[in-house]
Amino acid sequence: MTKGVTGELAGLELPVERGCPFAPPAAYEQLREQAPINKVRLASGGEAWWVSGHEEARTVLVDGRFSSDKRKDGFPLFTLDAATLQQLRSQPPLMLGMDGAEHSAARRPVIGEFTVKRLAALRPRIQAIVDRFIDDLLAADQRPVDLVQALSLPVPSLVICELLGVPYTDHDFFQSRTTMMVRRTSLEDRRRAFAELRAYIDDLITRKESEPSDDLFGRQIARQRQEGTLDHAGLVSLAFLLLTAGHETTANMISLGVVGLLTHPEQLALIKADPDRTPMAVEELLRYFTIADGVTSRLATEDVEIGGVSIKAGEGVIVSALSANWDPAAFKDPTDLDVERGARHHLAFGFGPHQCLGQNLARMELQIVFDTLFRRIPALRLAVPVDDLPFKSDAVIYGAHELPVTW
Amino acid sequence: MRIKADTRLCVGSGQCVLTEPAVFDQDDDGIVALLTDHPDDQSAAQAHHAVTLCPSRALSIL
Repeated sequence: MTKGVTGELAGLELPVERGCPFAPPAAYEQLREQAPINKVRLASGGEAWWVSGHEEARTVLVDGRFSSDKRKDGFPLFTLDAATLQQLRSQPPLMLGMDGAEHSAARRPVIGEFTVKRLAALRPRIQAIVDRFIDDLLAADQRPVDLVQALSLPVPSLVICELLGVPYTDHDFFQSRTTMMVRRTSLEDRRRAFAELRAYIDDLITRKESEPSDDLFGRQIARQRQEGTLDHAGLVSLAFLLLTAGHETTANMISLGVVGLLTHPEQLALIKADPDRTPMAVEELLRYFTIADGVTSRLATEDVEIGGVSIKAGEGVIVSALSANWDPAAFKDPTDLDVERGARHHLAFGFGPHQCLGQNLARMELQIVFDTLFRRIPALRLAVPVDDLPFKSDAVIYGAHELPVTW
Repeated sequence: MRIKADTRLCVGSGQCVLTEPAVFDQDDDGIVALLTDHPDDQSAAQAHHAVTLCPSRALSIL
């Protein structure tokens, strides 16, 4: 090992909260300037390698010698706490925590559901969902309106209804419970919502097992029957994986994207003038906020030489997608929100075999929301100064708790 | 320019299709399928970009 934490960063323990709502913690930049990979101390105890260079981050995430299995001894506790880890260890692994052939066997059957072509067929449905919530927004008899509750949370919830094949009559139930699960409410309320949703999904999949349906679960059931193994519990956990990976994340990106555009009016004007710019703007917003940071932690299973350091088998590695996405070697003037920058190589969806399965669905949702919202409510503005917005600065997934807007 | 796609490595992220649909497609199971392994001059730059974006390094330029 040649490089470590030195000088004024010696007392640093990670993670640290985002101070400025629009930038990574200052310590991230200092660490990256020292070296693309450093040894850092964790607040949870122990040390880990901190990867903040964009190229080094991609190299680690594509290298099969780093394990994603959080149940393994020595896995770095970054966004995970000890209690959650204990719970993970007592359950069968989710796709996110699998490696190599086991991961591939779990992911391969599902990727056909997320092809660019299949998702394009969902576009009119998603447009209709977004339009419906904007109709309600425009009809609201009071302003300001909290955009988190009125748009950010319900849109991805109903998109997941489409994906899972939840019947229309159950949409209100599904949406209210998914929203309750991620609200700043009591633990008891969230637990009850989770239990009700779990029972509902269990029952939904049971119904689909007896009545064939042409949707994600219908096709998964048919495929599994063909292979002779119907894994009911596995399908229920797949539903929850899609829900947890696709709901709050997309909701937070909708809220932050709106904040980002409203606070950079010259950038917003560019996409208002030409919606063909929106896809690139979405990439830039994904890069700029990188809402899921440090979820790409790994454990070295062999000794690896990488980015000028020797990582030993058994050592933890935390890839900071946020820091990598602000690496000036990969993004010129990274502090600028520049919707015309080609930012497709950002790591907001991760990299390597675990790269976000639903990324192209998320892209489409964000594009439709931003285009439709600013076209139909061109005078939209924040109802409070940006510094008064309650940002989720200490959460695993960054976002805003509330977003009061008016017009 | 010749492109090679290793379907065993593909993880179906769809980055290539999004970047250059004239060269890359996905089969019904989401795995990369080349529409041509020899992109024309119009597609070459975007096809190259797609290769660099592939998260599982399933694409290469020969």
